[in-house]
Amino acid sequence: MNGAEVLIDALKKEGVDLMFGYPGGAVIPIFDVLYREDKMKFILTRHEQGATHAADGYARATGKVGVCLVTSGPGATNTITGIVTAKLDSVPIIVISGQVRTDYIGSDAFQETDMTGLTRSVCKHNYLVQKVDELPRIIKEAFHIARSGRPGPVSIDFPVDVSNAKVKSYSYPETVDLPGYKPTLNGNPRQVQKLARSINRAKKPLLYTGGGIISSDASKELQKLLQKTNIPIVVTLMGLGSVPYDNRLFLGMPGMHGTHAANYALMECDLLIAVGARFDDRITGNKHTFAKNAKIAHIDIDPSEIGKNVKTDIPIVGDAKNLLSDLLAEVNPRKPDGWNNTTEEWKKKYPLKYIQPEDGEILPQYVIDRISQIADSDTIIVTDVGQHQMWSALFYQHKKPRSFLSSGGLGTMGYGLPAAMGAAMAFPDRMVVSISGDGSIQMNIQELATCAINKIPVKIAVLNNSYLGMVRQWQDLFWEKRYSSTCLKRGPDCPKDCRGPRKECPQLYLPDFVKVAEANGLKGLRAVKPTEVDSVLEEGLKVEGPALMEFMVRKVENVYPMVPAGKSINEILSGEE
Amino acid sequence: MEEKHTIIITVANHVGVLARISGLLASRGYNIESVIGAPTENPDIYKINLVVIGTEERIEQVTKQLNKLVDTIKIIDISHKKNYIVREFILIKVNAAKNRSEIFQLIEVFRAKIVDVTQNHITIDLSGPPRKVERFIQLLKPFGIKEFVRSGEVAVSET
Ligand SMILES: Cc1cc2nc3c(=O)[nH]c(=O)nc-3n(C[C@H](O)[C@H](O)[C@H](O)COP(=O)(O)OP(=O)(O)OC[C@H]3O[C@@H](n4cnc5c(N)ncnc54)[C@H](O)[C@@H]3O)c2cc1C
Ligand SMILES: Cc1ncc(C[n+]2csc(CCOP(=O)(O)OP(=O)(O)O)c2C)c(N)n1
Repeated sequence: MNGAEVLIDALKKEGVDLMFGYPGGAVIPIFDVLYREDKMKFILTRHEQGATHAADGYARATGKVGVCLVTSGPGATNTITGIVTAKLDSVPIIVISGQVRTDYIGSDAFQETDMTGLTRSVCKHNYLVQKVDELPRIIKEAFHIARSGRPGPVSIDFPVDVSNAKVKSYSYPETVDLPGYKPTLNGNPRQVQKLARSINRAKKPLLYTGGGIISSDASKELQKLLQKTNIPIVVTLMGLGSVPYDNRLFLGMPGMHGTHAANYALMECDLLIAVGARFDDRITGNKHTFAKNAKIAHIDIDPSEIGKNVKTDIPIVGDAKNLLSDLLAEVNPRKPDGWNNTTEEWKKKYPLKYIQPEDGEILPQYVIDRISQIADSDTIIVTDVGQHQMWSALFYQHKKPRSFLSSGGLGTMGYGLPAAMGAAMAFPDRMVVSISGDGSIQMNIQELATCAINKIPVKIAVLNNSYLGMVRQWQDLFWEKRYSSTCLKRGPDCPKDCRGPRKECPQLYLPDFVKVAEANGLKGLRAVKPTEVDSVLEEGLKVEGPALMEFMVRKVENVYPMVPAGKSINEILSGEE
Repeated sequence: MEEKHTIIITVANHVGVLARISGLLASRGYNIESVIGAPTENPDIYKINLVVIGTEERIEQVTKQLNKLVDTIKIIDISHKKNYIVREFILIKVNAAKNRSEIFQLIEVFRAKIVDVTQNHITIDLSGPPRKVERFIQLLKPFGIKEFVRSGEVAVSET
């Protein structure tokens, strides 16, 4: 055997049957093994960034480790954005990159980059394989590290001579020996009792949960706790789906683009129970006023998250699933009371709304609403980054965990399409809809061909507002509509001072997304009027194979509610000011 | 309140482990005064002594972040612990064209060692608790310090 064969065999022992990636000189020996292999599917993306996001989408949808394989140098550097995206959202992926021969390392050899140096600050752990004997241990450790504790990306840099090195035999280790790495899974029972007592005493308790519920697969436990205690709950962008949208206690997403009910509840509660959520600045707004009347309990598997952004009164380190079960056993049942009424009144008084005129422009919110009604109930929604992402968070009716995939922490435009490919490969029988903006979709649009050629039936909805909408919204609200470089139609004949769409705007919009779709072998559809939205969705979602549906939406629509950066989260703009 | 903290990190002796530690500190913007690392009696284990400046909360974040590194086995902030022996080593070159006898006196009081003498300067070697080293430097300052190098702090527990 050689190193490359050991690698592929070890991956199979870890249960990997699908990889995404791109070949090159330093990894030909590995691809040569794949050539002969029939238990390992390989999807050749059109860009290494696409491969990392695809592995990420696969991982988020399944909870398993996503794997990608790329060459050294430019192949390796193209994965960096994907690695950071996975790091910030705690997604388990493994990126295997080729490297130049070990005796060339450090000599600026052809296509050499210091991958371990480049990824050090952006992955959970990384390895440079220096000898073939280390390979089994490294693979074993890499999978263990990626998927356990707080999940995250691991990079393995794999020199070509190690791929070619011969071994007589090899044995795959059963266990790992990592004295410095032992995630705490069980929480301190005394702290759990303390939290239960605080809940029993609290007048206005509030649950604030996030991505940790998804990664610990704890949504059942969470819902049981809700049933027993009737505590109202707010769920971050990363946690959407862990509580169904129609649960009475669900107040919506909190934060910058959160609902009034969620943000008011955060400001008013007297006990805030955070579980698997990290007090991101998009949630807290002004930290000094955030939940200022509340005692704060924080359950998280990562001790460094506790006390990082806000002071915590009851810290509990451990796995959310375990801790929620413990808490469920300890806590007294609680009946809905005046506090519940207050939160429900907020929900009624400030519903999320839009008014779609029958013969006006299409509103983006309406498109999301219709997708929510027309798509299957177990659809996986994947988003890009911008306004459409927030509308998807707010107006889609989230029903299940691991069914809303979105780049939250890094906010990576270009995430959507490749991540949707990963999810669709994982669940060939579920509908996968990628919701994108006309800006974001162009950042990994090369993957259209990957979808068509591999028959990956992703449905892409492009909300075309001809702007980099989210940035334009900030310019609109805080920069006196100086739409500097956010108009995607802007050409050399446009006036210097342009503060919005006018009659004289260039009619031509490039690219023509329907033609791009068709050129790549996808069904292409376009809706220009509100009355066309349903028929485009009916057709696009139901066709066999991938399809791209373009919706020409209102150009200057803004996302509301909105809390301006740095303000207290009850200082909410609702667009009616 | 910003304070100096001495932190001892026990790590697995893997390639690049020092780079991981210093890279983490740099990427999170921590203010490092000194870092030194060397293998220990156990060849698989490496010890790093770190001096950082920061508030109690910030230092707590530093230690938590360092602890998160897969290679970190143990980490202790010994700043408020009594049962540690802390030492620092310094080589210092002072002007000695004049005032030689006064300098010799200081050397004797501090039990420092002379390692080199020329017409114009004396090079002295001293090791001891960091505060003693610091005081020695302060007292030599008036004579004119040409150059000094400090090792950074190392520590070992009494028990
Ligand atoms: C344009 C834009 C606007 C945004 N606006 C908003 C907004 O208005 N509202 C909003 O909510 N977000 C918003 N976001 C997303 C935001 O930036 C953050 O990504 C998000 O709020 C973080 O979610 P989280 O706190 O659930 O943490 P995650 O990043 O999901 O982190 C998960 C936490 O759970 C912990 N954890 C992991 N596994 C476990 C386990 N097994 N047990 C216990 N704990 C575990 C981790 O240690 C971590 O602390 C926006 C993003 C973009 C790009
Ligand atoms: C790679 C990358 N570059 C820049 C940004 C900054 N940014 C955030 S949202 C946004 C606009 C996105 O435009 P579009 O995809 O058309 O979506 P819309 O907001 O119009 O719905 C930009 C440029 C980013 N998040 N990611």
